[in-house]
Amino acid sequence: MNQTSMLASAEPDASSDANEINFAYLDERTKRMIRRAILKAVAIPGYQVPFASREMPLPYGWGTGGIQVTAAMIGAQDVLKVIDQGSDDTVNAVNIRRFFERTTGVQTTTRTHLATLIQTRHRIPETPLQEGQVMVYQVPVPEPMQRLEPREAETRALHGLAEYGLMHVKLYEDIARHGHIATTYDYPVQVNGRYIMSPSPIPKFDNPKLHRNPALQLFGAGREKRIYAVPPYTSVESLGFDDHPFEIQRWNASCTLCGSNSSFLDEVITDDAGTRMYVCSDSDYCQARQSDSADSADKANQAEAV
Amino acid sequence: MKANDVMPLPLLSVQGLSKNYAGRVALQDASFDLWPGEVLAVVGESGSGKTTLLNTVAARLQPDGGQVLYDTRDAGLQDVHAMSQARRRLLARTDWGFVHQHAADGLRMEVSAGANVGERLMGLGQRNYGRLRATAEQWLERVEIDVARIDDAPRTFSGGMRQRLQIARNLVTQPRLVFMDEPTSGLDVSVQARLLDMLRQLNQQMGLAVIIVTHDLAVARLLAHRMVVMYRGCIVETGLTDQVLDDPQHAYTQLLVSSVLPT
Repeated sequence: MNQTSMLASAEPDASSDANEINFAYLDERTKRMIRRAILKAVAIPGYQVPFASREMPLPYGWGTGGIQVTAAMIGAQDVLKVIDQGSDDTVNAVNIRRFFERTTGVQTTTRTHLATLIQTRHRIPETPLQEGQVMVYQVPVPEPMQRLEPREAETRALHGLAEYGLMHVKLYEDIARHGHIATTYDYPVQVNGRYIMSPSPIPKFDNPKLHRNPALQLFGAGREKRIYAVPPYTSVESLGFDDHPFEIQRWNASCTLCGSNSSFLDEVITDDAGTRMYVCSDSDYCQARQSDSADSADKANQAEAV
Repeated sequence: MKANDVMPLPLLSVQGLSKNYAGRVALQDASFDLWPGEVLAVVGESGSGKTTLLNTVAARLQPDGGQVLYDTRDAGLQDVHAMSQARRRLLARTDWGFVHQHAADGLRMEVSAGANVGERLMGLGQRNYGRLRATAEQWLERVEIDVARIDDAPRTFSGGMRQRLQIARNLVTQPRLVFMDEPTSGLDVSVQARLLDMLRQLNQQMGLAVIIVTHDLAVARLLAHRMVVMYRGCIVETGLTDQVLDDPQHAYTQLLVSSVLPT
């Protein structure tokens, strides 16, 4: 985000074309309202800040919260990356990226390290994030205790008084039923030793990446009208029991395309006989590794030829 | 007053408690003391203010006047309604228990029996699954629920089992005071008898003080050391259970006692 967008006046610039929509779709007053919510969220890590969520030109559940946070954060100098389930070219990612291309004209990229602003659904990129980058998560259900305690007045009191026994009831149930903690995504975390937070439906494989991440992480829930944040270098601890600690998923396979054995793998069935292959869910990471190994293979070939 | 010199301090002291609902008097100037390990029955007809009394004493309702003093473990006698919300809630889920008339109000019906029993401990920071489970098994045994049912949801339990599970869930933190709102109503007679028997045992083993609201004088006679009779929002008579039941003074108590069906 650059200075000019942060300080932009309340009224949109008079434009030559009367039909032209404002930079990043939302009007400036709305963006300021969202920025105020973001500032409060950053000040109280993990706390769900209510905000006046707007109708967006896409249905609830498709990222209306994330898109509003991105619209409030984005400046003309930003480089945007949008991912959906780790991939840059699935429907949700393509549409949101095109939306911002058309309403802001900012540069977009698929390369994680080149992006200044990354909106994501369900994944954190495998490439480590850096200082100055902003991650925006799309959140369907911001309240981690909603399943067990549907009354919102009550969950707010539980957050306010840090009464979090309920969260462990959920994990206890998992162990009692499955013999291990079977929650694999949207795995509850405690932020900065205080608030319990839903990390959005990222796989628990990505939970360790939340911890002390150099990037600013923002979470937007459009339907539920909540924004929360994890500032850079904030501790994010995944819940667990002493004798059943938090663990991430592991695979007995490596990526068929790039050979990575440390990334989150998707299982793909390739024919009716049940043949399957494993590929990285992070398409940018996988492609970068493939071209790197192609480069080094080329070099090796050249060296042999010489 | 002389007696106070030799007796220990009361666990709970209710002084001049009153509560109105939209100008209608539900509870007027109720006062009583409760001693550690004592069972106090609150009896009266429907609408006499029994449940309002219980809820205001248990800090589930804000009274319009009066005080509820409780002998906290760390700071002595404290006005429950003047405490911070955080402290009051902590008290309510550690040193107190509340057994609802309908078990569904006091249990998480979709969550296994073991987790229901362990919830308070997890809330207090216990993070060892094996130990939580062992404690849950122990408590299920104590309230006579088959340990094999530990992973079943209370939804699948009978009324009597639900009520016993609710009691286990409340007692797991070793509270000193338990509030009960008609815990035996809706249970058939034999199940009621077993539950009462169990309550009496727990009261003796744990030195548990109990305030039990009931309209069943037989329950009061069986369990309670002392009783309080309520009529139209006022306490009209208090005394030792046998004394009140055998020699009722107030006209309403006389009516109540004489209304019991002969057995």
